Amino acid sequence: MEYVLEMQNIVKEFPGVRALDGVTFKVRKGEIHALVGENGAGKSTLMKVLSGVYPYGSYAGKIIVHGEEKKFHHISDSEKSGIAIIYQELTLIKQMTIAENIYLGNENVSQGIINWNETYRKTEKLLKQVGLCLSPATIVGEIGVGAQQLVEIAKALSKNASILILDEPTAALTESESETLLNILRQLKQQGVTCIFISHRLPEVLEIADTITVLRDGKTVVTDIRQNFDENRLICNMVGREITNVYPRVPHHSGEVIMEIRNWTVYDPAGEKKVVDNVSFTVRRGEILGLGGLMGAGRTELAMSIFAAWGKVVSGEIILEGKKITIRSEQDAINYGISYLSEDRKRYGLVLGMDVRENTSLASLRSLSRLGVINKNEEIKQTQYYVNKLKVKTPSLEQEVRNLSGGNQQKVIIGKWLLTKPRVLILDEPTRGIDVGAKYEIYTLMNALIEEGVCVVMISSDLPELLGMSDRILVLHKGRITGELNAHEATQEKVMYYATGGEDIAPKVC
Amino acid sequence: MLKDDMKEKEDIHMENTSLWEIIAHSIRKNIRQYTMIFALLEIWLVFSILTGFIFLTPRNLSNLFVQTATTAILAIGMVLIIVTGNIDLSVGSVMGFCGAVAAILMIRAGWSPLPTVLVTLLVGLLIGAWHGFWIAYQKVPAFIVTLASYLAFRGAIIGITGGQTQGLEMAPEAAANSFKAIGQAYLPKINESLPFHDTSLYLMIASVVAYWLFEMKVRRDRQKYGFHVLPMKYQLLKMFVISLVIAAFYGIMIIYLGVPYSVILVMTLALLFTFISGNTVFGRHLYAIGGNAEASRLSGINIARNVRILYMLMGLLTAIAGIVYTARLNAATTSAGQNAELDAIASAVIGGTSLMGGEGTIVGGVIGALVMSSLDNGMSLMNLDITFQYIVKGLILLLAVWVDVKTRRKS
Repeated sequence: MEYVLEMQNIVKEFPGVRALDGVTFKVRKGEIHALVGENGAGKSTLMKVLSGVYPYGSYAGKIIVHGEEKKFHHISDSEKSGIAIIYQELTLIKQMTIAENIYLGNENVSQGIINWNETYRKTEKLLKQVGLCLSPATIVGEIGVGAQQLVEIAKALSKNASILILDEPTAALTESESETLLNILRQLKQQGVTCIFISHRLPEVLEIADTITVLRDGKTVVTDIRQNFDENRLICNMVGREITNVYPRVPHHSGEVIMEIRNWTVYDPAGEKKVVDNVSFTVRRGEILGLGGLMGAGRTELAMSIFAAWGKVVSGEIILEGKKITIRSEQDAINYGISYLSEDRKRYGLVLGMDVRENTSLASLRSLSRLGVINKNEEIKQTQYYVNKLKVKTPSLEQEVRNLSGGNQQKVIIGKWLLTKPRVLILDEPTRGIDVGAKYEIYTLMNALIEEGVCVVMISSDLPELLGMSDRILVLHKGRITGELNAHEATQEKVMYYATGGEDIAPKVC
Repeated sequence: MLKDDMKEKEDIHMENTSLWEIIAHSIRKNIRQYTMIFALLEIWLVFSILTGFIFLTPRNLSNLFVQTATTAILAIGMVLIIVTGNIDLSVGSVMGFCGAVAAILMIRAGWSPLPTVLVTLLVGLLIGAWHGFWIAYQKVPAFIVTLASYLAFRGAIIGITGGQTQGLEMAPEAAANSFKAIGQAYLPKINESLPFHDTSLYLMIASVVAYWLFEMKVRRDRQKYGFHVLPMKYQLLKMFVISLVIAAFYGIMIIYLGVPYSVILVMTLALLFTFISGNTVFGRHLYAIGGNAEASRLSGINIARNVRILYMLMGLLTAIAGIVYTARLNAATTSAGQNAELDAIASAVIGGTSLMGGEGTIVGGVIGALVMSSLDNGMSLMNLDITFQYIVKGLILLLAVWVDVKTRRKS
């Protein structure tokens, strides 16, 4: 059978990382081709190369569509070749109607005037094609996420897309919405539309795919037909890498329970979706507790809701050193000695226009001041102490943090939280996007903190890191804890098994 | 001032650095402040030439400082409001309203100046609290909340004045005279026979000495903590240069009628708010909120509370400006404070305050106010048609922000 799309030896580098390292990816006409891999395996990068988000010239390798070599400089170039990509975060404008959204930027016009009758007629046809029984005049903000996903697909079809790329389309959907979506994809396949399906949910992948390609660390591990896969083989292919000895693991002795979370349930800020579902766990002195799971599993939401910084907590209690406490604000949490380092350091961590000193002291100004007046000399002394301790590479304390490298920015935020003298330090993806040297320093620091009696909770999507540093691992899937593993029994396969929704039964060994 | 001084010193690791390196470093660090001062001097130079040096006479400059007072007081607050990423469009109307309240209390109720001032300040504070409530707690955009007040208080002015100008001559004379002093009078002279203003001279000496003591205290504190300090000879040189600037500023007024009360008021407020913005937890929080509200929240900063307090301070400053305005004009008029909000915002922005939030200095705002009133003053001296006065002011604002955008992108 003919390949409708061939990507050959694609190499894409970012400063410091090779995100794609010679990926070859071939898709046959009219199939549903699943692309799977861990977070950071390179799936999204590969699709951005394909759709022209990363223009021709910024990567190496060849893209052949319908037998012709293509050089996409812009998304519109790939759209002209019939490639449409639907992102995980939907790009619809909520205030507009379905019809307006579908033809946005592609309006049915004659002499600059929109022909609404034509627009509605065409939209109706498209909606029928994706199985949506809604009026084209419905406001998008009023329909559910599942329906919005289908509108996105209709929008892609309106551009005569013959290759449809769906990036985690079911991540935000309920079971039945997912089922509807998969059925629509099957129907589109009947109509000859080729579909590239990126998903973390392995059962779903196995249910719908004709062919599966597994990526790992920017390389193609395998491409094979569905019949030759089962869940175990997929997991083995996804995670089957050597854990190199980059983790400075030292034996910890876990002590008494410092913090306990009981029956913690959280809804999203809109109060519509349960993101953390009846979670209970303990944090002990002298151990690094790892929180594993795939993106969207609810780990960040869990941590931020404990910190009173996200969502609506509908039930649950926090017991800190034997006492039940109520945390009403971030300030409360900090006062109780709970600190949270966010995964998004630019958005939630740093004030980019402020300097190293001001960022480091930001959460501790009260203890550095008297009657509301900051003792600047004390502030300099304290921040200098942490800058030295964490080996932050900065020309001076007066350097704006926007001019520091990612690793040093992260160290500044860690310094900020250490200055608050935390009892429990929650680190959300502490090493994301930083170089190997800085990573190692952060791991060493975590060990030092354990020595000092600080409890460390680490959220990590990087499996080797999770296994390499944690003394105990909790795995979340769809807001629930699906597995708990001790350091000696944890393997990448087991974590991935629980993270993809497996429960109770331990997986077979590869 | 306080904050920036700290800045330039911490960075240089001196001992063997040359004077030029230190100066070059200071200019690089504070490029925006220097550009602004340079621009102000340039405007002065242009007006001097165009007016045959009438502009530069002590008499005119003294008047200029008095005319700047209300805009400068509003700009001091506006800088901090904009730093947090908010805006206050109501300050013109509220200033007019507070000024009218003061006039009415004195004329109709026959109050003496002290209770009048206190009640007027309270009114300003309450209006600020009202704004803070809607902006910080009800999450209505500041633009809308203060636009509403812009309209409402313009109406309220007409309501309480009955649409008539309320001249202070209708108030008991003694009270009116001491109230007017706030906006018009100069420090009293001790020895009437001297050809210059002696009290102002003493005030100048006191200011210079206070500045020296402050510098030396900062230096001692830093040495106690083992931080770098400027070599002594450069420290003295710096103190000498800044003392000269202080002396020149006072000198203008000493030669004329002395230092006006309103200028003392502006200087006090500018120093106080510079201290608040650079040295207090509250001030630091304002800059953090404007720089990144979400990171600030996650660092335990109570955004709503800080913003509410800030609007209360803005209300207080607006009331002060209203008192000064009525005192200077001798009357409360229905058009009092019209466009004052735009002058205040322009001053803050010309003074280097970023509308994106997180950046701006009080001193910059005051210099910006001086730029705005220099334009008014200079063009009036030139007898330029009011048509062109507005056009020129508009274009200067555009130019100032354009230069700012350009230099910012580079850094």
